[in-house]
Amino acid sequence: MLCQRCKKQPATVHLTEILHNEKRERHLCEDCAKEEGVAIKTQMNLQDILSGMLEAHQVAGREANLACPDCGLTYAEFRQQGRLGCPHDYEVFAEPLKEVLQKVHGATEHTGKMPQRAGADLTAQRQLMQLRRDLQAAVEGEKYEEAARLRDLIKEKEAAGETR
Amino acid sequence: MKLDDLITSPSPWLEPGGPQSDIVLSTRVRLARNVAGRPFSSRLRPEERQDLEAFLKKAVLKAFGPRDITWFELGDLQEIDRRCLMERHLISRELATGDGHRGVAIDNAQKIAIMANEEDHLRLQVICCGLQLEEAWREADTLDNRLEEHLTYAFSPTLGYLTACPTNVGTGLRASVMLHLPSLVLTRQIEKVFRAVARMRLAVRGLYGEGTQATGDIYQISNQASLGRSEADILKTLGAVIPQIIEYEQQARKVLATESPMALDDRIYRAWGLLTHARTISSEETLTLLSAVRLGIHMDRLKGVDIGLVNELFLLTRPGHIQKMRGVELTEADRDIARAEYIRKQLGVT
Repeated sequence: MLCQRCKKQPATVHLTEILHNEKRERHLCEDCAKEEGVAIKTQMNLQDILSGMLEAHQVAGREANLACPDCGLTYAEFRQQGRLGCPHDYEVFAEPLKEVLQKVHGATEHTGKMPQRAGADLTAQRQLMQLRRDLQAAVEGEKYEEAARLRDLIKEKEAAGETR
Repeated sequence: MKLDDLITSPSPWLEPGGPQSDIVLSTRVRLARNVAGRPFSSRLRPEERQDLEAFLKKAVLKAFGPRDITWFELGDLQEIDRRCLMERHLISRELATGDGHRGVAIDNAQKIAIMANEEDHLRLQVICCGLQLEEAWREADTLDNRLEEHLTYAFSPTLGYLTACPTNVGTGLRASVMLHLPSLVLTRQIEKVFRAVARMRLAVRGLYGEGTQATGDIYQISNQASLGRSEADILKTLGAVIPQIIEYEQQARKVLATESPMALDDRIYRAWGLLTHARTISSEETLTLLSAVRLGIHMDRLKGVDIGLVNELFLLTRPGHIQKMRGVELTEADRDIARAEYIRKQLGVT
């Protein structure tokens, strides 16, 4: 839609005026709006942005029905409330959340501080993640002997993690 | 420390001695953290919520020693006391108005507040006066490390600290600077600042956080993204933008002084006149007038008025504090009368 005033630039400011009980809608570009002294409201509320984004984000039926086995939250519920139920939700909803994170943060991976105490566990966690990826690749490549070896190794490491 | 002592003592983040304190009121850093292996607070059953709060209280008191920090169970407090803590930015609105087991630990200097059972299990907050991003972050970081000796955080190597809302995930860091920008408002340049700030993934909000209008020309600027950048980078972005805004505000002050000194003085002295003589005054009007007086003092056009006192009045004239000082709940009309009386007394005119 073009600006109603200059008819050149796209209209990005949409106004609803009520004058003598009559509603009038106007669509202006930023420059014309400024010339007319319209203050553009740019104060934003994170929650609004997020819920707006979540609504705009078309979720397939399969995703909406995703539910966390730990806390029971479904992806549809998350979309409504904008809040997750437990840390595990980040894994369960990993795929649809990726897009949300990209929009909010412009990134999907953490590069900041790490818990000091969990330092050792973290290395183990990462090793486990790598082993799981290797296992996946082995299965896909039909290398079943390698897959069996990896599976046993993962089990072993997980057991070690529990007793630590 | 007793709650009444805390609420009636001066708030250190309003001290006028901080860096750039003519324009920057305070700097706040908060970290969102959750304990591993438990649902987020909103999904906890009442008994689980109570259990978590007890667990967090123990961890916090162990990390600090009970003499340095006091735990307040918010469910046990009067509404007015919760309101005062919120006005002091020591608890969030969610914690002040919510229900169920929730608490806050506040240190004696009122610089540190650790909120429990907010949206996240823990919100660690450090407030400093003036512009002190580095200092506030260093304290929050140390606090975080000390607490971590007593609990295990929900953390993922790829996503960082896991939070109830995905807008906080990653570093869990929100750094926020509170600015007094009356000249940018007067010269109608504030919208321009907002647009520039929004392009840098920073958010602008009013005095009391999300959704509140900027009253008294006070704005909070904070990082929006918490994931994908290190804490140092987040602080760097904010740290680079704030001095520019300060510079704009200073330029706008010069423009006002050279191009319309009479209109400027008229505004300042009318505000002074009303504050020192009004018989009934709303909290919004108070903030607007205090803003003009504050500007007058910092531009050296209004002399002999203590800036520390004016800063304090921004807080002490809020509805919660006015009622707390009177010791009774007041209707809005009575509050406005009590407020006018209190301001006259404080400014030395009766």
